[in-house]
Amino acid sequence: MHIDPLEKKWMYVVGLITVVMVGSMTYAAITMNMHPPSNVETIDPKTLHLSGEFTEDNLGATTNEDGSITVRMIAARYSFYPQMVEVPVDTPVTFRITSPDIVHGVHVPFTNMSTMVIPGYISEVTTAFPREGESQFLCNEYCGLGHDYMWSKLKVGPKG
Amino acid sequence: MYDKSKSVAIANLWVAFAAFFVAIILGLYQVANRSGLFPEIESHERYFASVSTHGVLLGFVLTTFFIMGFGYYTASTTLKRQLWSSNLAWAAFLVALSGTVMAAIPLLTGHASVLYTFYPPLKAHPAFYIGATLLVVGSWIWCLEMIMSTVSWKRDNPGQVVPLAMYGTTANAIMWLWTSAGVAIEMLFQLIPWSLGLMSTVDPGLARTLFSWTLHAIVYFWLFPAYIAMYTILPKVAGGRLFSDEMARIAFIMLLVISVPIGFHHLYMDPQQSAGFKFLHMLGTFGVAIPTLLTGFTVLASLEGAGRLRGGKGLFGWIGALDWKQPMVVAGMLALFMLIAGGFGGMVNASYQMNTLVHNTQWVTGHFHLIFGGTTVIMYLATAYFLWPKLTGRQLASRGMAVMQLWLWTIGMLVLTLPWHALGLLGQPRRISSTPYDSPLVEQWDPHEVAMIVGGVILLFSALLFVLNLLLSHMSKKAENESDDDWAVAVYPPMHVPKPMNSFALWNGIIAVWMVVAYGIPIVQLLILDAPGSLAWGY
Repeated sequence: MHIDPLEKKWMYVVGLITVVMVGSMTYAAITMNMHPPSNVETIDPKTLHLSGEFTEDNLGATTNEDGSITVRMIAARYSFYPQMVEVPVDTPVTFRITSPDIVHGVHVPFTNMSTMVIPGYISEVTTAFPREGESQFLCNEYCGLGHDYMWSKLKVGPKG
Repeated sequence: MYDKSKSVAIANLWVAFAAFFVAIILGLYQVANRSGLFPEIESHERYFASVSTHGVLLGFVLTTFFIMGFGYYTASTTLKRQLWSSNLAWAAFLVALSGTVMAAIPLLTGHASVLYTFYPPLKAHPAFYIGATLLVVGSWIWCLEMIMSTVSWKRDNPGQVVPLAMYGTTANAIMWLWTSAGVAIEMLFQLIPWSLGLMSTVDPGLARTLFSWTLHAIVYFWLFPAYIAMYTILPKVAGGRLFSDEMARIAFIMLLVISVPIGFHHLYMDPQQSAGFKFLHMLGTFGVAIPTLLTGFTVLASLEGAGRLRGGKGLFGWIGALDWKQPMVVAGMLALFMLIAGGFGGMVNASYQMNTLVHNTQWVTGHFHLIFGGTTVIMYLATAYFLWPKLTGRQLASRGMAVMQLWLWTIGMLVLTLPWHALGLLGQPRRISSTPYDSPLVEQWDPHEVAMIVGGVILLFSALLFVLNLLLSHMSKKAENESDDDWAVAVYPPMHVPKPMNSFALWNGIIAVWMVVAYGIPIVQLLILDAPGSLAWGY
């Protein structure tokens, strides 16, 4: 086995690059609790509209006792329901989203409000929007021939 | 080279490049449709049928047939003997080809517009799933052929070092068997019985988990032959030697071991997997960057050696001294350039946190077109130029045209993918056929959409030059008697290597244990969780 001295130096550089990158992600995960949306929770996509958390009356934003917001949404071909959501700026918002039909994805551009929506499971993302204004939820997973038309509005309003 | 291996190799390569050419035509149609500048050609039905076909032709057909054809050449010329079984090689070809035809019919007629990632509970025609499975079964026969060729050679040559190109090819065959098991389980236990109506519902969370098992390592299955060409063909064509045979083996082993148990980085945004397993897979994902960083070093060091032998002086003088009239040299340098650019984007995608901002945006499409369409495919094209005279016994029609074609391919790929990266950062979702959103964002996207059409036109022109060159060469009458023994020699050719660097038993054991942890436990958890199933949906 023969290793050139130059190769050895390069291996140290590669090791250092890897340690710095993995280290910074681990640091962010542990100290800032930054993880991708990963709550493992199931729901029957065939009956979710009939009773429980995702019936029509329960959709949209509600304010919790501690002042945080919970937004319940349905991602279904070809929109997000309700089609207009309004939340206050700089306030923790927890989105709970599920799908009665097929796989969708939801992303608000320039923010970390992003998750896949898989029928049979409930997706949950918690974030806060730092700027007021109007923005969009865009479906970012192919969900059929009308995929392009799947989007809805998000309005970030004044606090309180 | 042995005639029997030649004919089966060239049959595979022609299928690969025919698929490639059709797919590039579809690609140009897609950027034109998507830009919104040509309303008369816009059609959602045609667009998504086209995207599905484009993905299957390039991701499954070009790659599988190229890898099979190149493997037969590698096995018979490095081991200097007939294939283990020529009949089996033809059987692999016929099974894979019939699967391709069977899948192509529903794809082209719009009965399988589910994209090459399948996405249940969208349901395609059963012939699509069965055809795609047959293509994979054909590739398994090739894996058997490669593994048995190496095993029987080792039996006849005890204590000898397996030639590097064949060691890499065998590593790829073993890796592909591990890799393809995920999608095979999805097909056999979920999609095929469900599409035939034998099951009423399917669990998309489980299907996505199984697909992710295949989805990452499949790109290393594609990339492996590109690396093999960089290590074992490029240094000699450039006029130098391979910097290190041992480091190349270590890179191949790391690719084999680390590629498969890391697929959850495709599921970062999925609700059906917990954060702990996503984090575990993230660690492996950054591990698999290591063999690529080692490859970049060894290949560049080999090229530097070649440049200095040709009289290059100074820190960068060797670059100008390289033989820039050689297609393989041009492709090698351009491939590494695109690998650096695309690898940077890949680090962002693989990041446990930053991925959130770019997930499923056009950034991702830009990333994999740069790495796959750029780095991998340009090495396939250069390898074809290298192999054609050897396989057909005729001179390459035009080396100058080949060099120009490779430059155009790189320029086209950059003009196509750099705007896509920008669009992704500007929030544009991937896999859309138009941009009907009522948002000021859309105006910011427009200039990038024009650029991507220019990229598509350059790429189609380049693909046309490529196919034309191969056709003219194959039909020409100018005979060529090139040596079959054109494999690069290392600066220090290995006389003896440690046993684990000449065999795979240890590595298979490590993969098995790692896979039980990384995929076994999450899959058992999903089976226990037993999420309510989804009915089938059309598109």
